[in-house]
Amino acid sequence: MNEKDLALQNELLEKYPYLAVRPGSADHASFDVPADKAVEFARALRDNEGFSSINDVEGCDWGVDASPRFSAIWHVYNYDKHLYVRMNVYAQDNEKPRVPSLCSVWAGCNWHEREAFDLLGIEFEDHPDMRRILMWDEYPYHPLRKDFPLAGIEVPHPDPDTVAQTGVKVLPAPQNGGPFLATGGNTMRKSEPRALDQEWREGNRKPKNNGNNDA
Amino acid sequence: MPKSLDFEFSDAASRDDDVIQCEKMHVTMGPSHPSTHGVLRLQLEVDGEIVTKCTPVIGYLHRGDDKLAENMTYNQFVPFTDRLDYLAPICNNVAYALTVERLAGLEVPPRCAALRVLTSELSRMSSHLLGLGVYAMDTGALTVFLTTYTERERIYSLFEELTGQRLSCSYTRIGGVTRDVPEGWLAKVEKACDCVLKALDEMEGLLSRNKIFTDRTQGIGVIKRDFALQYGLTGVNLRCTGVCADIRKDRPYSGYEQYDFDIPVGTVGDCYDRYLLKTEEVRQSVRIVRQVCKTIPDGPIFAEDARKICLPPKNRVLTGMEELIQNFMITTHGPQIPAGEAYFEAENPKGALGFFIHSKGEGHPYRLHVRGPSFVSLSTLPVLVPGHFVTDIPAILGSLDFVQGECDR
Repeated sequence: MNEKDLALQNELLEKYPYLAVRPGSADHASFDVPADKAVEFARALRDNEGFSSINDVEGCDWGVDASPRFSAIWHVYNYDKHLYVRMNVYAQDNEKPRVPSLCSVWAGCNWHEREAFDLLGIEFEDHPDMRRILMWDEYPYHPLRKDFPLAGIEVPHPDPDTVAQTGVKVLPAPQNGGPFLATGGNTMRKSEPRALDQEWREGNRKPKNNGNNDA
Repeated sequence: MPKSLDFEFSDAASRDDDVIQCEKMHVTMGPSHPSTHGVLRLQLEVDGEIVTKCTPVIGYLHRGDDKLAENMTYNQFVPFTDRLDYLAPICNNVAYALTVERLAGLEVPPRCAALRVLTSELSRMSSHLLGLGVYAMDTGALTVFLTTYTERERIYSLFEELTGQRLSCSYTRIGGVTRDVPEGWLAKVEKACDCVLKALDEMEGLLSRNKIFTDRTQGIGVIKRDFALQYGLTGVNLRCTGVCADIRKDRPYSGYEQYDFDIPVGTVGDCYDRYLLKTEEVRQSVRIVRQVCKTIPDGPIFAEDARKICLPPKNRVLTGMEELIQNFMITTHGPQIPAGEAYFEAENPKGALGFFIHSKGEGHPYRLHVRGPSFVSLSTLPVLVPGHFVTDIPAILGSLDFVQGECDR
């Protein structure tokens, strides 16, 4: 964070006492905003502080055991000062996460917030069009949640005609020995599935109990 | 005989009297339509020839990059960034590498930064050349495509020589780039620049005052300044509205402040403006590339002091114990990036490509989010398209210059 960002952060903190500096963020002015003040703060950012453009919105899942578990993060940009502000709003309810939508402030939030709803299941209150955007409408899960497996879960195919003709289903992706990551602190056998699963070789299909049933 | 016919099409679009209005028809355009450049579906509601409602349907190319990134080390994700905007892969690589380096507080050596600028600008040229070519093709000028595609091919051959890949280059690593330039490569770049400029002149000769082209693009798909800001449009789509904003100038990264270049800005905000801006941007990229070729400093291409992040040189791995351990740890556990959050945007050909990374101090990101400029560009379609003819849609789509790989991620 350079001086300009820091000055902006301090200035905003002074003006809007309900803000709290977001711990761990050190690149832009970053705040944790209470859910009931989010729209008010966003409006103030747009009208008084010159943050005219919404650049990015993302939902985050902070872990299955974390509470609050979900939050939404908005990145807004000021074209005069060339500075970003990051505002984070935690959803209080872990079962049915809800945060206010900022579509009324920046129209561009629409698709970004739909994406967060689609992939993480965070509902945005007062959003004009709260539908899925990347997955199909009937998809039952929110795949970016931490408890959703990387390979996917078997679900019915979205097109009933195709299902009637072929009986096809949406199957988990073959992982070919993945996930590709060795987590720190674990032994090789535990962290690298390829090491664990001696049966599996190139050209030899992995056994079914490993979540790989690509028929 | 009248010379031209003027249709009052804006009236027809705003009519909501059911009696006068002819029956509205629903038309689906895409997902495999030549002008949608990938797998975009537009659900149109048309009143005769006039679009009254446009609902884009995306997600056909959704691969779950955010989820994949959480399950692999930082370096393993580099090839996935190639597939975002696959027309300018190196720009994506650079944006991603810079985000992680920002998180790690890592400075790359000047030669590496210069190489990144050089290759990004070449990518920008190739992306714009293709973008302009298909844009012209969508509006009825097939020849232009052949001209620009030839030059793009030339640039791709340069990439092949440098990175070993034509399309998915994966040129960067966290803290550096994969290879230094081969001998005589910079001279070839200079030569390619001359060819690009020549092709650009030829293209402008074919298009800029072409009656068919101007008729199909002037006054079509006009973006207003406030609208662009509200939707967070970036890149050419923002600059055509008259906002002078370029991240390379406003928040310089990778040493862009050393180079002299101009930012073309539009006045009208229509499809024709976006064509002019892209053409000029290619010229400016040529300017930057030439400056880099002249001033490229010597030195390492890797931040060699970053012990926990960059792989040590291979010859030292095979002879030294410490380097061997370091090599093993980075390969299996990933580069150790300190805990924190970073959001970084780089000026890509399609707009600002942003990466948000939340790290918990492990070898893989805890949360990574890609902000695709094409995603934002397409989100304006429900407002931008209604009121236009169906035949205007290819022009609008071509001028917005989106790519589905980046939109659906």
